[in-house]
Amino acid sequence: MPDTPMDRLARATPQQLSRRVRGLSDRAIAWVFVAPTILLLLAINIFPLIWTIRLSFTNYAANKPNAEVKWVGLRNYQRILTDPDIWATMQATAHFLIWTIVFQVILGFGLAWLINRKFKGNDLLTTLIVLPMMLSPAVVGNFWTFLYEPQIGLFNYAVEALTGIPASSFTMLGSVPLAPWAIVIVDTWMWTPFVMLICLAGLRSIPDYIYEAAEVDRASKWRQFWTMTVPMVLPFLMLAVLFRGIENFKMFDLVVQLTGGGPGDTTLLTSIELKREAFEKWRTGYSSAYAIILFVTVFGLASIYVKALNKVKDR
Amino acid sequence: MNRKTLAAGTAAALVLAAAGGAKAEDLTLCWAAWDPANALVELSKDFTAQSGIGMKFEFVPWTNFADRMLNELNSGGKLCDLMIGDSQWIGAGAESGHYVKLNDFFDANGIKMSDFVAATVTGYSEWPKGTPNYWALPAFGDVVGWTYRKDWFERPDIQAAFKEKTGRDLTPPQTFPELKEIAEFFQGREIDGKTVYGASIYTERGSEGITMGVMDVLYSYGFKYENPEKPYDMQGYVNSPGAVEGLEFYKSLYDCCTAPGASNTYMGEGIDAYKSGQVALQMNFAFTWPGFESDPNVGGGKTGYLVNPAGPTGERFAQLGGQGISVVSYSEKQDAALQYIKWFAQPEVQQKWWSMGGFSCLRSVVEDPAFAASQPYAQTFLDSMAIVKDFWAEPAYATLLQDAQKRFHDYVVAGNGTAQEALDGLVEDWTVTFEDEGKL
Repeated sequence: MPDTPMDRLARATPQQLSRRVRGLSDRAIAWVFVAPTILLLLAINIFPLIWTIRLSFTNYAANKPNAEVKWVGLRNYQRILTDPDIWATMQATAHFLIWTIVFQVILGFGLAWLINRKFKGNDLLTTLIVLPMMLSPAVVGNFWTFLYEPQIGLFNYAVEALTGIPASSFTMLGSVPLAPWAIVIVDTWMWTPFVMLICLAGLRSIPDYIYEAAEVDRASKWRQFWTMTVPMVLPFLMLAVLFRGIENFKMFDLVVQLTGGGPGDTTLLTSIELKREAFEKWRTGYSSAYAIILFVTVFGLASIYVKALNKVKDR
Repeated sequence: MNRKTLAAGTAAALVLAAAGGAKAEDLTLCWAAWDPANALVELSKDFTAQSGIGMKFEFVPWTNFADRMLNELNSGGKLCDLMIGDSQWIGAGAESGHYVKLNDFFDANGIKMSDFVAATVTGYSEWPKGTPNYWALPAFGDVVGWTYRKDWFERPDIQAAFKEKTGRDLTPPQTFPELKEIAEFFQGREIDGKTVYGASIYTERGSEGITMGVMDVLYSYGFKYENPEKPYDMQGYVNSPGAVEGLEFYKSLYDCCTAPGASNTYMGEGIDAYKSGQVALQMNFAFTWPGFESDPNVGGGKTGYLVNPAGPTGERFAQLGGQGISVVSYSEKQDAALQYIKWFAQPEVQQKWWSMGGFSCLRSVVEDPAFAASQPYAQTFLDSMAIVKDFWAEPAYATLLQDAQKRFHDYVVAGNGTAQEALDGLVEDWTVTFEDEGKL
């Protein structure tokens, strides 16, 4: 029998090593493979989290490495939770989060519903619709700053054409009542295609025979929509909401580019405020407490939401 | 590989190693990315020619300048050997050990601070303020002033319309009320078929814009940072009746006389508004002035330059800009960096710096009899530098600045509350910061 490469490799392997490897249990081998990942996760996720919790009880400032670090107990948390400005940023964030999700879900689902129908130019239209989400948020912010410009911006002129309100008589980004809506409009423009794509995947996963059976049973289109389409697309829709919720909770670049948090603090989202506290004012201990509060809030809300999502999925 | 190839390779490696060695002596100078920085690149070629030390530059746009460079300093980074940091950074630079103290070096090399404009020494070099402890050499003098459309002001039809409306001649404003009257006159007026507006003022929220603009007005209305007799005692100084009046004036100027949508404007937006012929008056730092002279739309005598107008009691101050040049304490090339500062401080280099668009702080340059006539804006620059005041240079200046940004923008642009409430709130914010700093 001729000598195969495997035979040669087997002979070349030192006896002691092969015995050692053979001596490992399945569990031990699994640990060998998993350990690097666990160590990495501990180093880049768990350790910073624990360290941040520790810092949140101190007055530490990262720009003063030689200053004495004092234990301040719950003072940072107490300051944050009793600061009306912080609550105002939470409110601004909630406004942004809720309205962007509402608009993006309605429009995204509507667009998916339209695109799902077979018509000429369908693929081209889909490509055109998804273009905005391929752009960088900083570029989109800059681009919309010009669109919102009262003297040369197309947005104001479009409003003038539709409503008769003079273009230069209002400013979207400089007005307290309008600025929050200005950023909602831009985010909706940019990310509705993302929701649309997820909904489209949901719609296309529904087998045609279900609708054919419904037709045989003479179910109306409206009834087909409410009793078949919506429930079957709902898990996809909820997933889209989860993704958009997480993304928009940490929204930063687009809003900084558009308004810088203004006018006043009208569009100051928690992420912008946190960055200012941590890396402009250098209140590291205080901003750590702020980050922990946000983490707990997001973690709590996301846990409840994921439970609901699983229930819907299991139905 | 044959011997010839090996020999050639070795020679090439030696040449590269030697070049690498020379590179190691290159100095890196960090500053903001703007026109004066480009002029400094040109100027520094003379230093390289004389010393053999190459110069590399790290320039960051103004909007990210503080973030980027303060992170660099706070992390003890070795990127910058020389830093032209903002005037407010001096406190933190000195107390946190970011900058090398230059007193001994100045003494050893005959560099006297009395040779520089006093306000720039106080603003860019000293910490604590008013003490002879120097952490920088004044590098670039800057101050907030005003430009106006001289060509519009000189037109007989506009002059007549102004006279008819106000009863007085259209002359460059000397007081803030006069400035507002002129801005109101131009607001929405049609000139050469185009609608123009009164003034461009600072309203930016994200970095330091609106604070620089508001303070520029408040000083002349009686605002003071603290009780001159008692440090950090701000009650009645920051929120004095005069300061309240000044803030109300700034808001009224924003409401009456800025272009629609000018709710987030700073240096760049001001330049654009002025160059494009959108506004009659423009508030901006003096560094913008050389650019106007070379611009086809507003250059060639079309622009006039103004010292910041006086307040209601005749008091007249202006917001200091500009920077000093410091040696970064984390640099491993401090000797070469000091050599650059010594070269930069020479009168002939400072003279050339001015001629290239850099605003020299050396008295022998700015007090030269020929200086005032050397540029259309030279006298205004000189007069402005004589009346400067600067924002807090405390180590906690960034926190103090953010508080001011928030309070001013909230009142002036968003229209929330009153001027009194905004300034009372500012006193509260700043008190908390100084308490945290252990200074109260």
